Amino acid sequence: MNIVIAGAAETDEIGRLPGHSTRQLHLEAARNALADAGLTKDDIDGVATVGTPGPVEIAHSLGIEPAWLDGTQVGGSSFLFHVRHAAAAIRAGMCRTVLITHGESGRSRVGAPRYARTPDSLSGQFEAPYGVLGPTSAFTLTALRYMKETGLTHEQLAEVPVAQRRWANLNPRAMYRDLITVEDVLASRMVAYPFHLLECCLVTDGGGALIVTSEDRARALGTRRPLVHLLGAGESAESPIISQMADLTSSAAFRRASRAAFAEAGVGHGDVDHLMIYDAFAHLPIYGLEDMGFVGRGEAGAFIAEGHTSPGGRLPLNTNGGGLSYTHTGMYGMFAIQEAVRQLRKEAAAQVPDAEVSVVLGNGGMFMSAAVLVLASHR
Amino acid sequence: MSTASRPAASGATPATAAKAAPETTPKAVPRPTPDTRPFWDGAAAGELRVQRCRGCARHFFYPRPACPHCGSGDVEWVTASGRATLHSYVINHRPAPGFADEAPYVIAIVELEEGVRMMSNLVGVPADPEHLPLDLPLRVVFEPRGDVHLPLFTPAEAR
Repeated sequence: MNIVIAGAAETDEIGRLPGHSTRQLHLEAARNALADAGLTKDDIDGVATVGTPGPVEIAHSLGIEPAWLDGTQVGGSSFLFHVRHAAAAIRAGMCRTVLITHGESGRSRVGAPRYARTPDSLSGQFEAPYGVLGPTSAFTLTALRYMKETGLTHEQLAEVPVAQRRWANLNPRAMYRDLITVEDVLASRMVAYPFHLLECCLVTDGGGALIVTSEDRARALGTRRPLVHLLGAGESAESPIISQMADLTSSAAFRRASRAAFAEAGVGHGDVDHLMIYDAFAHLPIYGLEDMGFVGRGEAGAFIAEGHTSPGGRLPLNTNGGGLSYTHTGMYGMFAIQEAVRQLRKEAAAQVPDAEVSVVLGNGGMFMSAAVLVLASHR
Repeated sequence: MSTASRPAASGATPATAAKAAPETTPKAVPRPTPDTRPFWDGAAAGELRVQRCRGCARHFFYPRPACPHCGSGDVEWVTASGRATLHSYVINHRPAPGFADEAPYVIAIVELEEGVRMMSNLVGVPADPEHLPLDLPLRVVFEPRGDVHLPLFTPAEAR
């Protein structure tokens, strides 16, 4: 059974939205995705979203009577997991048309869950006591080891936000659009050495939603947008706390999830026209390119610095500007999927010519979980 | 555990969490659980304890009831040598609650001689990359925090 994304939309606005609660962001994105597909809430019989507010509240708020729910919450990659789980559920006959929602008041914190880790949790016992303050001081911990082992330079790390800003410069919805240089990045405020402010993602409010169904069902319903086909997907996880990654220079979850996704899709790396790699920090696209096998070990820094992922390059990467320049609500994965859908529908702000196959890598937590989707404009 | 009033808001947005943390907020204090109690009891006694599998002879950390390598439940607590190396680190310029007076400070991942890694802070060395080559030999020291003792690390030659 062929699985498609029949509807996809973000909230009307992204960025600073103090007038929107977390739930409002979910529901606005859901209604936008339904409108995008030309469907109503009564066409939906499955709902997936992260634990807070969770699929029960989203289904009830919208007046959906769900036959299937998924509340998988494994960080910012969760929405890629939801797509894969929805595909399996639809193929198993558990439901026919699934709504996946994301909404996060990441900046304004309106109606948002607390981030607190209890002092008896793993992170509370073995990481928080050392003065970790959010991802900036923990997700970044792997980079110096990577730099020592591969020779990646500070300048090459700084090239990542420079390359992505070139894409953001072409995207009116991006939060930061002015072109920047390596010198600008290295002159920006030090957050957690070796990471400067411009090597860290934004913190924003926003949401997005997807409608996943079978190709046959989409055609029977008469959805009104070009269908985006799910060719393959994979998921995996590694350590719940970053200090216990087996190898600080490579993500096992990235490797396993991408291997599964490429195997199911039956496409090779050379078939990929467009790539989205979850970029909470500047080193993530470097790990993603290498761990998914697009470049060899230690080659990603030079690959990005040489412009291959920039506009006009042979492997367009993070073409919305990414979490570093477009938006980053906290669980960014939904926005990576949204940009892949726009590219494959040929409606992106910075459109890649002839984009037919797009790969999306979602990270969850801090190299904690990962999922990969291989999407295409046709089968 | 009354002192463990406010754990570091891991996952919080840095800007908002920093604003929400008054200077008087204490540092996060770990609260031991039954499975981790031997680790903290060891720290209080000045010993760095980790687990070792009797089946495959490999060490592991964090505390667990069975070996993550071979699956054996035949595991024991052993006292590590306390010798380690600096595996990776950041110099954190956005202090967590209670750390304002020390910023910028080093958050490190250290690798014990026994092969396991853990997060810690470095003390007795400037928070300056010139003083912090990776693989720098370290040794454990213990710092009282609330009603537990935390293992921290310092350059091996420091006295």
